[in-house]
Amino acid sequence: MYLRNDSKPQGSRLSLRVAVAGGVGAVLFAVLFFRLWNLQVLSGDEYLAEAQNNRTREIKVIAPRGDILDRNGEVLVDNRASLALQLNTTKLPEDPAEEKAELARLGELAHMSLRKVRRTIAEEEEVAAGAPVTLRRDVGFELIAYIEENQEEFPGVSVERVFVRNYPDGTRAAHLVGSVGEVDKEELKEPEFKDLEPGDEVGKGGVEYSYDKFLRGDPGHTRIQVNALGEPTPGGQLVSEPPTPGNNLKLTIDGEVQAAGEGGLGARGLPGAFISMNIDNGEILAMGSNPTFDPSELIEPSQAQVDQLYRDPVLAPLVNRATEGAYPTGSIFKIITALAALENGQITPDTVVQDNGQIEVGTDTFENAGGVAHGAVELRRALQVSSDVYFYLLGLDMWKTNELQEWAHKLGIGRPAGLDLPEEGETLLPDKQWRNQLFKEKLTDRPWSAGDNIQLATGQGDLQTNPLQMALAYAALGNGGTIPTPHVGLEVEDAAGRVLKEFKFKPQRKIHIDPGFRTAILEGLHAAAQEGDGTAAGVFGGFPIEIAGKTGTAERDDHADQSWFAALSPYPNPRIVTIATVEEGGFGAESAAPVVLDILEAIYDKQASAVSSGGGAE
Amino acid sequence: MNTYATRTRNSRPEPFAVHVGLGERLGLAHMDWPLTIAAVALIAFSVFTLGQATQNDVPGDPNYFLERQTIYALLGIVGMFVLTRIDYSRFRELRVGIYTFLCTTVTLVFFFGFAARGSRRAFELPFFSFQPSELGKLLLVLALAGFVIDGARRGSEVQRTVRYLCLGLAPAGLVFLQPDLGTSLVYVVATLAVMYFGGVPWTHFAVIGGALVALIALVLVVAPAVGTPILKGYQEERLTSFLNPDEHQSGAGYQQNQSVIATGAGQLSGRGDKATQTRLDFVPERHIDFIFAVIGERYGFMGDAFVLSLYALLFWRALRITTLSKNSYGTLVAGGIAVALLFQTFVNVGMNLGIMPITGIPLPLMSYGGSSVLATFLAIGVLQSINVQAHLSQKGRFAW
Repeated sequence: MYLRNDSKPQGSRLSLRVAVAGGVGAVLFAVLFFRLWNLQVLSGDEYLAEAQNNRTREIKVIAPRGDILDRNGEVLVDNRASLALQLNTTKLPEDPAEEKAELARLGELAHMSLRKVRRTIAEEEEVAAGAPVTLRRDVGFELIAYIEENQEEFPGVSVERVFVRNYPDGTRAAHLVGSVGEVDKEELKEPEFKDLEPGDEVGKGGVEYSYDKFLRGDPGHTRIQVNALGEPTPGGQLVSEPPTPGNNLKLTIDGEVQAAGEGGLGARGLPGAFISMNIDNGEILAMGSNPTFDPSELIEPSQAQVDQLYRDPVLAPLVNRATEGAYPTGSIFKIITALAALENGQITPDTVVQDNGQIEVGTDTFENAGGVAHGAVELRRALQVSSDVYFYLLGLDMWKTNELQEWAHKLGIGRPAGLDLPEEGETLLPDKQWRNQLFKEKLTDRPWSAGDNIQLATGQGDLQTNPLQMALAYAALGNGGTIPTPHVGLEVEDAAGRVLKEFKFKPQRKIHIDPGFRTAILEGLHAAAQEGDGTAAGVFGGFPIEIAGKTGTAERDDHADQSWFAALSPYPNPRIVTIATVEEGGFGAESAAPVVLDILEAIYDKQASAVSSGGGAE
Repeated sequence: MNTYATRTRNSRPEPFAVHVGLGERLGLAHMDWPLTIAAVALIAFSVFTLGQATQNDVPGDPNYFLERQTIYALLGIVGMFVLTRIDYSRFRELRVGIYTFLCTTVTLVFFFGFAARGSRRAFELPFFSFQPSELGKLLLVLALAGFVIDGARRGSEVQRTVRYLCLGLAPAGLVFLQPDLGTSLVYVVATLAVMYFGGVPWTHFAVIGGALVALIALVLVVAPAVGTPILKGYQEERLTSFLNPDEHQSGAGYQQNQSVIATGAGQLSGRGDKATQTRLDFVPERHIDFIFAVIGERYGFMGDAFVLSLYALLFWRALRITTLSKNSYGTLVAGGIAVALLFQTFVNVGMNLGIMPITGIPLPLMSYGGSSVLATFLAIGVLQSINVQAHLSQKGRFAW
């Protein structure tokens, strides 16, 4: 031990220890200098970039979607600024009981159960963890004011300005325009949505869906400087790239015609549908379905609205019956039977058939409506008075061949119509193969029989189709054999009204229809609509525009008869097909024909004075 | 010229020697000026940096930290000059009292201290929260050096080593329990340093080193494995996260990662007021534990290297004083202080640079905080006293 405090510690042993301590110190300082040099001089660039990245946050500025206009430029759908209730979950109270209390208070204000609040949070966290959760869109100013006044009770709650779809005419064209909603996880995987992020809005139905890429804008971005908590710092707005609003979509729909159809159908008070289409180019002037709904209710539906909109399988207001319905059509199908029989040489327009009111096939008897006997009828007369026997016999003639089905198929029955909307329903054109297959699988009690074809010839039996498909068949008849592509999209315009893109829909196919046969059928339809004892003469007799039309009264199991009417106008060179159907509406002339009349009146802008209630027998 | 030249072997040193000239009277003539300059330059840079970097930290009071640190600095400098004039050898005689005071104060915080972040380590005074464990670093060195000198001829070498260890580890354990892991580590290192300069055999250090390795293994690996963790969860995470900061992005590793980014982003000459990491709260506790990163980001390599150079100067001058001391007590005290300063500097700067764990050890003379600034200046005052006394005793020789 070298310690002797009375004198200086002795030399060499202390010197060694001091030297070792100094050496250790030198090494440690060298380590720090080396590390410092490495960090700041050699890798400084990387860290600077990281620091830059650290302090900025990109905030997306939502682009408003384009407006949806009718063909005259009237607004069907636009946007309105709205307030959304957002919740930053990281700022919720840490104490579970307090958190629960806040969520419950919020839920009460937003008319949501605590469970629903939690589920919303969980769902949004799943797609975009950490991002503020949108609890409810389109909340009222009173609610916002209340929350702002009681801010300390609602930590983490904020209000954001968002765009919400606005429907100035309420239910107008509700089934066509569709709705918007947040893009879901499956959609995000698809290439057309590759630029989207969770939380972005996309069309969920109608033209909002089909023309989404035109309506959807490009979001803008604002880069702001934030602190470590992600809070914006004063004066820290760095770069701002304004959003590009979506383009406007002009529809083929004519708002006035649409309104007339909706009004006429609505006045019936029964479920039903209508469509009015240009037979040359497939532009749909009006299409609607009843019962209908206000699309704004879909934004934040109440529980009662959810029940009414989504959970009523009978009324099903969200279903577009014009394209998703599946019905027998009754006598409006007869033009197809007529065309098939004429083109296959079974009959000529002048072939006379004795209509005694009924025919017997095997053990079955098929009667005219009401058992009325029309006597000797040829094609025109058979159409005018809607002789079932005439067409029963044609159906009987063709029951072993597939000719009726082939023509129906060519004319568009039982196959996708090629509509530019996502909503197209399943339909069925019954044929031998279909029923025999069912019979083989023991799903039916009999194979294909003459009766099946006799039923189909008059639009009865197992036929399941919709107004859209029938419109295509009538269009082909009216234009001489061209099946157009039905569509509602007309053109895309920018905000200033300049046309950016016109949609071209080529005809789907052409079929050969003998002009003479076409003329004969149209003559029969014209007589039915407007001459003498024609089935719809009571409705259209006084209508100033000449039309060709056909009533239909479809028998449905467990339902009262369904009323149909199909019209081609003007006669004899039609441009427009208009079809309406009213479930349980009775005779064709009784309820569907007046709806068509309402539409035609709007189209021709004539205040025709037609006898209001249908009287003619079929 | 002075009275010390004529002192006999066992006479007590005069605490307040009377000198002729003013400089002599203030003890300025024999101060170690490089040491003084290094210390004052560090605290000046600290005040300057706090003034620039903490303007938005306290709402409505942009100079909150600047003003307080300035007051602490001035008090510290005064304290340093006072101690310069006192013969440090007095402290050897007071070792038992100092040691008792040390253990008492670090114990009293358990009862009267105010709790901050789960730790009781300071007394709340009207203008100042006083953290006794900071001053305790100096007190421990002063007392332990006295015990070592005093006990140099008592017992076997092993007994002595064990005695010193116990004397040093007792207050270290108390501080550890506050809990203040970082400061307790400084106590351990200071204890070992005094023993080292006190001539404890190398073999003993080898054994202590082995025991330390075993202890660390026990604390970090064995104890948690058998379900009786000694460290609190956050302590362990802070200690180990620097080894793989990416695994602890949101916790302790996050802080350190942000500190490294801040330092690196400063590059050669710093970002000045464009510094974002330290200005926008990405680096936590920036005025205390991470002030080196603040300097790194604001003033770049030039700033940090300047600060490191001052610490190197400080350490060199302190170590040099160990060899100049007129007696062994001074050597031990100076060695303890020098190594404690080196340890705190290395651990804190290493923590800022991501190569040492987060231990909450402040950077001497740079970190904001009255207790730390005062205690460090007082320690430097003791070093100055040793230097002055060495010159006055006329027995000093210039080693370097």
